[in-house]
Amino acid sequence: MPVRVGIDLVSVKRVEESVRTHGSHYLERIYTTRELGDCRTAAGVDSSRLAARFAAKEATLKVLRPQPDQSVPWHTIEVRRHGAGWVDLELSGEAASLAHEAGLSGLALSLSHEEGMASAVVVGDLSSRQPQL
Amino acid sequence: MDPNDQIRGVLAEHARLPVDASALADCADLYQAGMTSHASVNVMLALEDGFDIEFPDHMLKRSVFESIASIEAAIVELLAVEAA
Repeated sequence: MPVRVGIDLVSVKRVEESVRTHGSHYLERIYTTRELGDCRTAAGVDSSRLAARFAAKEATLKVLRPQPDQSVPWHTIEVRRHGAGWVDLELSGEAASLAHEAGLSGLALSLSHEEGMASAVVVGDLSSRQPQL
Repeated sequence: MDPNDQIRGVLAEHARLPVDASALADCADLYQAGMTSHASVNVMLALEDGFDIEFPDHMLKRSVFESIASIEAAIVELLAVEAA
């Protein structure tokens, strides 16, 4: 099956620093309302969950492969957490357009965080892409 | 402060470059110099605070943040729009 794969690794400490330095400016600019809701705990916003979501956005960009002069706002790549704990991706706007242009018919996401690092892997399914003539 | 100097100050504080930001050429590639994607977010937010601007969605792309020259061009454009 033809696929594209993206992977990214983010330091939880760096995300904590961004939250401390830029506060809501950072949170609201990068993460959607739904993502912030998924990252909230009784103790506040969980930086390891934020870091995993940032890694997911970057891993998705590696699958979408935008040109350097193509903008893909962070909110157009959303990580959605489901009840049992698994996650998937919802693309909109520019990100969805890039996926369509690339012939991606589906994206699969996996997140992990351990020992101060968060990672994400995204696999894009190209099996329904029309052959280039 | 000169915008170029102010940008270099933001890079020195937020880009986490392994090299001295004040010594970089205006056209040097910041990603090649070691700026990560997450660091570029911090740079963008600090530039917005420092210049009292907001980068619109169409400017949220690698080519805008890839060098001091490209950042300066974007900021000059945004300041001109605000002043008009």
